[in-house]
Amino acid sequence: MITYTFLQQYWWFLIALLGGLLVFLLFVQGANALIFTAGKSEAERQLLVNSTGRKWELTFTTLVTFGGAFFASFPLFYSTSFGGAYWVWILILITFVFQAVSYEFQSKSGNILGKKVFRIFLMLNGILAPLLIGTAVGTFFTGSAFSVDKAAVGDVASPVISRWANNWHGLEAVANPFNVEFGVMVMLLAIVLGALYTINNIDNEKLEKQLRSALSYSFCAFLVMFLIVMGRLLTMEGFAVDENGVVYMESYKYLHNLLDMPHTLVMIIMGALLLVVGCGTTLLKSNFKRGIWLAAPGTLLAVMALFMLAGYNNTAYYPSTTDLQSSLTLANSCSSEFTLRTMAVVSLIIPFVVAYIAYFWRQMDKKSLTTEELESSEKY
Amino acid sequence: MVESALVDWSRLQFALTAGYHWIFVPLTLGLAVIMATMETIYVIKGDEFWKKTAKFWMKLFAINFAVGIATGIILEFEFGTNWSNYSWFVGDIFGAPLAIEGIFAFFMEATFFAVMFFGWEKVGKRFHLASTWFTGIGAAISAIWILIANSWMQHPVGMEFNPDTVRHEMIDFWALVLNPVAVSKFFHSWFSGWMTGAIFVIGISSWYLLRNRERRFALSSIRVAAIIGIIGTLAVMFSGDSSAVHVAKYQPMKLAAAEGLEDGGEKAPFSVVPGVEVPGVLSILATHDIYGYVPGINNILDGYTDNDGVTHLSAEEKMERGKIAIDAFGEYRALKDSDPSAAAEARATLEENMEYFGYGYINSREELVPPVPLVYWAFRVMVGFGGLLLCLMVVVLWAERRKRLEGMRWLLWASLLSIPLVYLAGQAGWIVAEVGRQPWVIEGLLPTKAAISSVSVGAVQTTFFLFVAIFTLFLAIEVRILIKAIKEGPKTDVE
Repeated sequence: MITYTFLQQYWWFLIALLGGLLVFLLFVQGANALIFTAGKSEAERQLLVNSTGRKWELTFTTLVTFGGAFFASFPLFYSTSFGGAYWVWILILITFVFQAVSYEFQSKSGNILGKKVFRIFLMLNGILAPLLIGTAVGTFFTGSAFSVDKAAVGDVASPVISRWANNWHGLEAVANPFNVEFGVMVMLLAIVLGALYTINNIDNEKLEKQLRSALSYSFCAFLVMFLIVMGRLLTMEGFAVDENGVVYMESYKYLHNLLDMPHTLVMIIMGALLLVVGCGTTLLKSNFKRGIWLAAPGTLLAVMALFMLAGYNNTAYYPSTTDLQSSLTLANSCSSEFTLRTMAVVSLIIPFVVAYIAYFWRQMDKKSLTTEELESSEKY
Repeated sequence: MVESALVDWSRLQFALTAGYHWIFVPLTLGLAVIMATMETIYVIKGDEFWKKTAKFWMKLFAINFAVGIATGIILEFEFGTNWSNYSWFVGDIFGAPLAIEGIFAFFMEATFFAVMFFGWEKVGKRFHLASTWFTGIGAAISAIWILIANSWMQHPVGMEFNPDTVRHEMIDFWALVLNPVAVSKFFHSWFSGWMTGAIFVIGISSWYLLRNRERRFALSSIRVAAIIGIIGTLAVMFSGDSSAVHVAKYQPMKLAAAEGLEDGGEKAPFSVVPGVEVPGVLSILATHDIYGYVPGINNILDGYTDNDGVTHLSAEEKMERGKIAIDAFGEYRALKDSDPSAAAEARATLEENMEYFGYGYINSREELVPPVPLVYWAFRVMVGFGGLLLCLMVVVLWAERRKRLEGMRWLLWASLLSIPLVYLAGQAGWIVAEVGRQPWVIEGLLPTKAAISSVSVGAVQTTFFLFVAIFTLFLAIEVRILIKAIKEGPKTDVE
């Protein structure tokens, strides 16, 4: 029986899925963060740019679709978070906007700013976008300063429903160490994925050595950050919702969620294991290049589990610290049953979309990218 | 208190983003069709010349495509960042086409763009050709869904207001998708992209001819582009005609503003420019009947009876009923838990007056009139340049077929100089559509001033100027790169 509640959960599952795919695809950003460190020579940098240059639009599109899906399924989040945490989202957007033109512009003659500047834009997006997105997602667990009053629509002089409680408009998220740690964790994960992807996608011995070295540092740092974040997450107070929709604080809420939903526990452990095995094997065996294809499902599982911890099991996924009862839950922020149902039908196309992307991905990446290929064919 | 400065700056920022976005999008839509046609000729004829020709236009396509993506992402998120009330109040309907656009169109564009650009040696000829077409089809599908969303703002259908959730909720998905306004708006916008692509290709090819370079490339490109451009322009005219009928029916104030029509009537005149009128033509355009009644601004404000015999209330009556609706809404919210029967009564009053809910936010009848001079002149720029460009393309195609084009230097110059005109026409079209809808963000339902986010004016000003700087920089770089690439040329000269 497909109930309204089921549809809400289903759409949160899709948000989690898109979130997981997005974080995996942040390998584009991660590799760009390494342009100037792992890429020592011009030829190496060109290889890096062209390797992710054939995939960046997928990351971008996933981000846009993630936004669109959130809008369609949980519009109150769209209006509250985007309109409230204004500066955070604007900053994220701006880094992506610079990225969008940089691939195409960087090596073209007449580009005014020069190759290096555009590559710096790519690097900045590579570092800042995962960091900021991660920090913003951190607030799913720690809360933000806002209030929601739907009755405001009846106040002709001041009809805005969602209001942010301070003038920092989202920048205050950095004051909470957990959010920053979460952001740093996502950033390091992106770098790990970026190194793994380019090791697999580019055929160049010297560059590969440098990427493996970058992988070793970033992977160790990521592991430390991951453990810190998980440690904090599972011991912190969380935002619980009772059967009447009343939000209250519950100690060890996310630990309880993990135990109440054993599949999330399995997903996180599996995810972490796949990442460790993918990175570990790559680092230990110099001829092993397929680590990304272990880390990818690992990332997907772990990120999806985190979204599930934030939204399922009677939890407020976008909590308010200034007015607890304004916190957003799946039930109070979602679209109407009709819209969720209609969009659920639309979502049946997603496996088909994923399948054709995977098919073309394989077609295009049968052979690893080499300097010779760049010389003889189209390139950025 | 809603600050009017906040509303103005938020509008300006959205207009800036949308205006810039629409510089890059129509070229994407049109050039996609042109280069796919060229590649089709290559696959059929097997002549390497056509491959090189298609590849050159693809190169320019890619440079332009990137900036379209960059401005597009800002647009999508601005619904949340700057129009937060809007996002909740109508997000239940409006979010759906945006999500569908992402799932159906953007992934298609992203996937096939990469194959089209980097896949020449990786996939077969036909496979590659399909990818090129799919890139264009993806762009067109994207246009379909975003224009379905936009058309819903012009003519909201398929929803009802829910006072418990305080928003409009979708009750009929197909009404949204098959909204007659959406159908004509899609064709009008998509084919205007064909025009833009065609004029772009003809203009640049003419430059080569003026320089006595790339003869075969230029003449072949002109032939393909002129045919596509003429088909596109005729389709723009037909869809524009049905658009006019829809506007007359669903947004009479927009039509009155676009015509500067103070007082309407039967056999309403069409204003060519101020002082020059053709009697009866506006009635024909708006109602397809010379005796059709077209209300002017004053008629709409005073109340009138339309051609179907439906009586429309005066501005004051609508505002009065709007206030009753909003009061009833407040009463319902206050009483629904404590006094169910009184709440039911308030709800009945609300439903009775819901049609005018948005008018409850309006303070004076003057507020209901969009800026007439801007809409009036934008309409003339759109139609005037559109007609001019059609004539140009017909003459160019004729001259090309008669092998006289190269000798007609004035025509080559005119073609080159017409590139800015097609962009002006496109921008003007959106000004008519969006400024003409004011003061509404959703026609008759939600005024723009009630749709905003609660951010400071300073914040919006900061992002506005930031976006001005970024977009202008990108545009400057794009134009410079395009010029360099054009000067370098397609290098097909192996005649």
